Amino acid sequence: MKHIIYLLVGVFFGIVMLKSEAASWFRIYEMFQFNAFHMYGIIGSALGLGIIFTQWVKRKKPKSVFGENIIIADKERSFVRYAAGGTLFGLGWALAGACPGPMYTLIGAGFLPILVVIFGALLGTFVYGLLKKQLPH
Amino acid sequence: MEYILQPWPWYVSGPLIALTMAILVLLGKRFGMSSNLRTICSIAGAGKSAAFFRFDWRAQRWNLIVAFGAAIGGYLAHTYMTADTAVAISADTVTKLNALGFKSAGQAYMPTEFFANTAFSSPKTLLILLFGGFLVGFGARYAGGCTSGHAISGLSNLQIPSLIAVIGFFAGGLMMVHFIFPLIF
Repeated sequence: MKHIIYLLVGVFFGIVMLKSEAASWFRIYEMFQFNAFHMYGIIGSALGLGIIFTQWVKRKKPKSVFGENIIIADKERSFVRYAAGGTLFGLGWALAGACPGPMYTLIGAGFLPILVVIFGALLGTFVYGLLKKQLPH
Repeated sequence: MEYILQPWPWYVSGPLIALTMAILVLLGKRFGMSSNLRTICSIAGAGKSAAFFRFDWRAQRWNLIVAFGAAIGGYLAHTYMTADTAVAISADTVTKLNALGFKSAGQAYMPTEFFANTAFSSPKTLLILLFGGFLVGFGARYAGGCTSGHAISGLSNLQIPSLIAVIGFFAGGLMMVHFIFPLIF
């Protein structure tokens, strides 16, 4: 039963990613050219409502649907990993034109070369795992 | 019905992304898509090479199911819910992309130069896609999250680390588009 709920959440998310055009390489390029408000509107409105929702959860402490406590963890404090990792991610986001959520969506939409991007992303994740101890965090 | 077949405007899409996060949080989970990449590495046996991949991936199965659902959603939306797949990017953007050699700008969902099946026979394109993906995967794990984990979830939780990461996302994206694109295209 739980699995079906997660599947439906994913289907919903995939539809939103495709229909919002946030999964389009062109929209990402346009965003980094500051040529349209579209992507800023998407991220901004998602964030505005996200802040209200998250702060509500933190104050009211509702139980989850399954009756567990909801834990919204703080991110570990640091600078280097976020600045360096974030910049590398941004370089890839603009080049491949897809962040991880849309990658899965684009397989379904039939843009098969995205499989090469996903393979690259898995390779990047694997190499990070190998180098983790050597990298400044 | 007509509204569904058109591209969804930002003021519909953004709130629906927030709703996705809200549903996952109320299910006791998190909205973060790049964690799946680590999980897939673990399933493929990467734990033999690095401690980073030795964790109980079965506890992360729910997120793989969400990702699988996202693929189904992409199929449904692309096949049944879209009248015209062309993305109406601004005239300025089309001009800039045409100058870089992207003739499909304004006429397709994804640049055919990269995402039509002919990409498989172009070594340069394959290398670009592979390297772009590599940076996304490496950067997301180094930064501890991607667009969903930092820009939406983390910033919603007013986390300074997520703000640093998101500034990094934009710094990297701007560098790529403004300084590196003119060199490689």
